Amino acid sequence: MKTFSSFLKVILGATAVIFLACTAFAAPVGLPPVPVPADNPMTPEKIKLGDKLFHDTRFSTTGEVSCATCHDSKKGFADGLPVSEGIHKLKGTRNAPTIINAAYLHTQFWDGREPSLESQSGQPFLNPVEMGLKDHEPILKIVRSDPEYLALFKEAFGKTGDQVTMTEVKQALGTFERTIISGDSPFDRYYFKGDKTAMSPAAIRGLDVYVNQGRCVSCHRIEQTQALFTDNRFHMIGVSSNQMPKNLDELSAAVQNVKEKGTDIAVLSNPQTSSLGRFAVTGDLTNIGAFKTPTLRNIELTAPYMHDGSHKTLEEVVTFYNNGGRLKETDPVPELLSGGIRPLNLTEEQQADLVAFLKALTSPEFAPKKP
Amino acid sequence: MSMNRRAFLKTTGAGLMAAAFPVSLVKLAFGGEGSIPDFTFGYISDAHIQQIKGTQFVRNWDMGLIRAVREANLLTPRPDFFMFGGDLAQLGKKEELDHGLEIMSNLRGKVRYVIGEHDYYLDLGKYWQEKIGPLYYSFDHKGVHFVVLNSILTYDKWTYETWPSPMDRMLAMARLDNPKGSPFMVGDQQIAWLKKDLAKIKQNTPVVVFSHSPIQKIFKPWNFWTQDAEKVQALLKPFEKATVIYGHVHQIQYNQIGNITFQAVMATAWPWPYPESYSQLANCLPKITVPMNRADPFFERDATGWQFVDMKSGKTAIHYQLPDNQNRTVAYDAATGKPQDMKYQDYSRRIPPQTHF
Repeated sequence: MKTFSSFLKVILGATAVIFLACTAFAAPVGLPPVPVPADNPMTPEKIKLGDKLFHDTRFSTTGEVSCATCHDSKKGFADGLPVSEGIHKLKGTRNAPTIINAAYLHTQFWDGREPSLESQSGQPFLNPVEMGLKDHEPILKIVRSDPEYLALFKEAFGKTGDQVTMTEVKQALGTFERTIISGDSPFDRYYFKGDKTAMSPAAIRGLDVYVNQGRCVSCHRIEQTQALFTDNRFHMIGVSSNQMPKNLDELSAAVQNVKEKGTDIAVLSNPQTSSLGRFAVTGDLTNIGAFKTPTLRNIELTAPYMHDGSHKTLEEVVTFYNNGGRLKETDPVPELLSGGIRPLNLTEEQQADLVAFLKALTSPEFAPKKP
Repeated sequence: MSMNRRAFLKTTGAGLMAAAFPVSLVKLAFGGEGSIPDFTFGYISDAHIQQIKGTQFVRNWDMGLIRAVREANLLTPRPDFFMFGGDLAQLGKKEELDHGLEIMSNLRGKVRYVIGEHDYYLDLGKYWQEKIGPLYYSFDHKGVHFVVLNSILTYDKWTYETWPSPMDRMLAMARLDNPKGSPFMVGDQQIAWLKKDLAKIKQNTPVVVFSHSPIQKIFKPWNFWTQDAEKVQALLKPFEKATVIYGHVHQIQYNQIGNITFQAVMATAWPWPYPESYSQLANCLPKITVPMNRADPFFERDATGWQFVDMKSGKTAIHYQLPDNQNRTVAYDAATGKPQDMKYQDYSRRIPPQTHF
């Protein structure tokens, strides 16, 4: 069986060939071509550079945290923690979303506060609970002097020394992230390739629950020829509703917090501000407590779940949805809950089948090794 | 007394600037810049709370009303009072009215109620009068005379002599396009009361009428219609400033007939199409109304909503709060003597229909 690093080499090799032929390079079964911004085309040199930047711990105040700390290839490009830990083990408020297939998302971060991988990639460096830099200068100092970076930036952008700015750093990171693409799961082979043996009978029954009584597919979409398992929209599904501002004063304080500190720092430093979700970006009342629909690909690998990591297992997630946005049937129904979230009346077997289906979304290169 | 057009535009500018912030926080965020209304009241309407059985109610209608109440509680500064525009219940049952009132009890502030046909035709308003109050009445607030009408009455023969049971009558009135239906009316008795009520009011006092049905004739098969509308309009004619605010239609409508401004309020329950979608029959949707853009069926709250109303110099500006859609403001413009949408009135600025794939 291929190890992950050899897999990555294969991808990089394949990419190097294919990107020359088209702006969006070919994708595995079940996924559309990867969208590539016109001003940041894929090149092997940029991918290599982005890979190095992604793993460089020197871009944090302690020299211990890199992008890969919270987006670990061995943990489904997430970190396995409820909420991420940055420098000095400082905790944020949100669960690290996987990088896998992030290239397809219309917006980045749980609240979609950044529109692209490039613009997203500059922020964690500066967040006090992530990498803690005051500004991007320490990064530029390194990439403008480190001999290895001098050569890599020259190859990737034809620039060196002071010519290198954060724009190139972010473009290289975005380019690297666009190679972390993964499909070809048992579901993909079953659904798009017609291999009826690719999924277990339980997972096949689970797919039926997924698209019918469970209504999961309304937001976690499966389409005719591809499945991104997201609608790129924002929904208030009831997670952390008990943390939400309870009255106008608390809401005003949270809004003030966003205005003073900026969304990125405000939401990661305060659970109540974090609970505003998309509202902290748009100020639209409909968006209070609404978070982006995440992909479900490789979901088995990225526990715990939800934007705050409050659900430990997939079973717990299914229970939550089955109760209409509540872990316990006796919990109150959140007042601003999206109307799509309602009790599903699934039997225990249906719920187990649904979990089996979710586990059939794991790509082979990430699948846990069978004993 | 006419509204200063420049001040009005300035207010709109501030509104646009504040658009990135929730209305409820506009004043908080921007220090209340722009012209300040004389007072503001909130308006929630057409909740259609529907019992399935026992303590089970249709969840979607519950959630619509709960959301409106929750959002209205975020208004700052607090509105002077709230109106509920009718159709609290779906089939007029005690259980439905009780459940609706329970949700409404979370609303911070005084609430006054208008009765709708869905509240009335089971027991002809008996339980409503016990729990809520009279079916028509008037009150004064900060120099404005407000009148609440029961505009959903109809011919006595239809009401008292046609149906084997109260629930048959209720179901018949709840059904649109019903060949056995009957048009809404205010009725001569109430019109006599209105005449007496208004006789005490000076003609330069602004008058605002709250009714469930439009006191104008738009489309009869759906009872976007009041049979004796002209009689009520005639009583409002002497007043310099008269406004009618109505529910029932579940959509934004506005019109100007002589001195009377008409404005509809949104439902919290479900959207209703514009009558022009029923192309077999002619309709009289007011030409100045900019219809809402088509609801996105993915969002179950799209094309529903609630509103707050700024009263300024005796005329209204309704701020429609529309989940999953662009909020709209329809305000009386003294310069043109008509209500108009403050952003989308011009054809080129209208919201294009939502696209689907």
